[in-house]
Amino acid sequence: MSSHRGESPDRLYVITSGRSSGADDSLDAVTLIVAECLPTQGMQSEHAEILRLCVSPMAVVEVAAHLRLPVTVVRILLTDLIDTGRVTARHPAPAPSPAHPLASPDVLEKVLVALHNL
Amino acid sequence: MHSTTSEPAPEPGTPPDGSASPLADSTEQALKIAVVGGFGVGKTTLVRSVSEIRPLTTEETMTRAGDGVDDLSGVEGKRTTTVAFDFGRITLDATSVLYLFGAPGQERFWFLWDRLFTGALGAVVLVDTRRLEDSFYAIDRLEAQGTPFIVAHNDFGDTEHTLDEVRSALDLDPAVPLVRCDARERESAKQVLIALVHHVCSLITRRAG
Repeated sequence: MSSHRGESPDRLYVITSGRSSGADDSLDAVTLIVAECLPTQGMQSEHAEILRLCVSPMAVVEVAAHLRLPVTVVRILLTDLIDTGRVTARHPAPAPSPAHPLASPDVLEKVLVALHNL
Repeated sequence: MHSTTSEPAPEPGTPPDGSASPLADSTEQALKIAVVGGFGVGKTTLVRSVSEIRPLTTEETMTRAGDGVDDLSGVEGKRTTTVAFDFGRITLDATSVLYLFGAPGQERFWFLWDRLFTGALGAVVLVDTRRLEDSFYAIDRLEAQGTPFIVAHNDFGDTEHTLDEVRSALDLDPAVPLVRCDARERESAKQVLIALVHHVCSLITRRAG
C-alpha cells in the first residue's frame, strides 16, 4: 500500500530540504487541514498535492496516507504551508475524559448516536 | 443475533484510497479511538468493519537518541524507528468525525502511540486467546496512563473460552469491561465501540459524582 516503505532516505531528505525537525508540534494526527488557495506553478509538488487534497478538510494522517509519506515528513510540509497561510489547521479539542469531564459533554452523546446509526 | 446483518463489504465504486468520501467543509472536530493489539488479532478487520472509507495505511517515524554509548562515527547515535498503522473514519455529523486507529500494541512501538493517541477518547484492546500475552503490555500501559479502555475478545466465531477465563488469564481489573466480538461483523464491531463509549461515560459520571 504505502510505497515509501523502504524508500531511499535521500528522497525524504530532498522533500523536506534536509529538515528533520521544525514541524509544528501542535499538529495532531487528526488535526484537520484546509487549503486556503490553489496550487501555483513552480510550487513543490508535495505542497501542490496537499493543496489539492485539502480542498475539503482532511486529517494529517490521511494527508500522509495519500502522499505515501511518513507522518513526520508530512508535518514538516504542512508547517511550511501553515506558516505561509496557504492552509489552515483545525485542531482537535480535547476529548471528554475522566480527567477533563466537562470538555464538551455532548460529544459522547453525539458519538453514541452516530455509532447506533451505523 | 441481529436481524440486520449487513456485509462489511466496501461500497462498489469506492476507490482503493477512499478519496471519494471527502469530509464536509463544516467539519471542525476530529476524535480518536485507538484499537491496539498484537499482529494478526484483527485490528484492521475491526476498523474496516465500521469505517466509511477503506482503511488507509501510513507510517510514523521517530528518531531517538542512542543508548548513550560514545559513538566514533557520530551518525550512529540516533535510531529511527518506523511503524506502520492503519486507520479508518466515521463521520459523526456535519461538524465532527471519528478516526479509528489500528496499532500494534507491543512495547517497542509504544513511544509512538503516546504521541499519536494523545487526546484519544479511549482505546479498545483486541485480544486473541492464542496470544493473550501480546496484550499484556498495552493493558498495563493504558492503565498507567489513565486512558479509558475496554478489552474485546475477537473470537472469530470460536467460543472455546469463556469471558471469565479470558479475564482471569489477563488478570484484568474488574472495573474494565470485557466483551466478546467478531471483528469481521459490522454489528459486532459497532457494539465494541459503543461499549467503549458507555464505559467512558460511566467513568466520567463516577468522577463527577
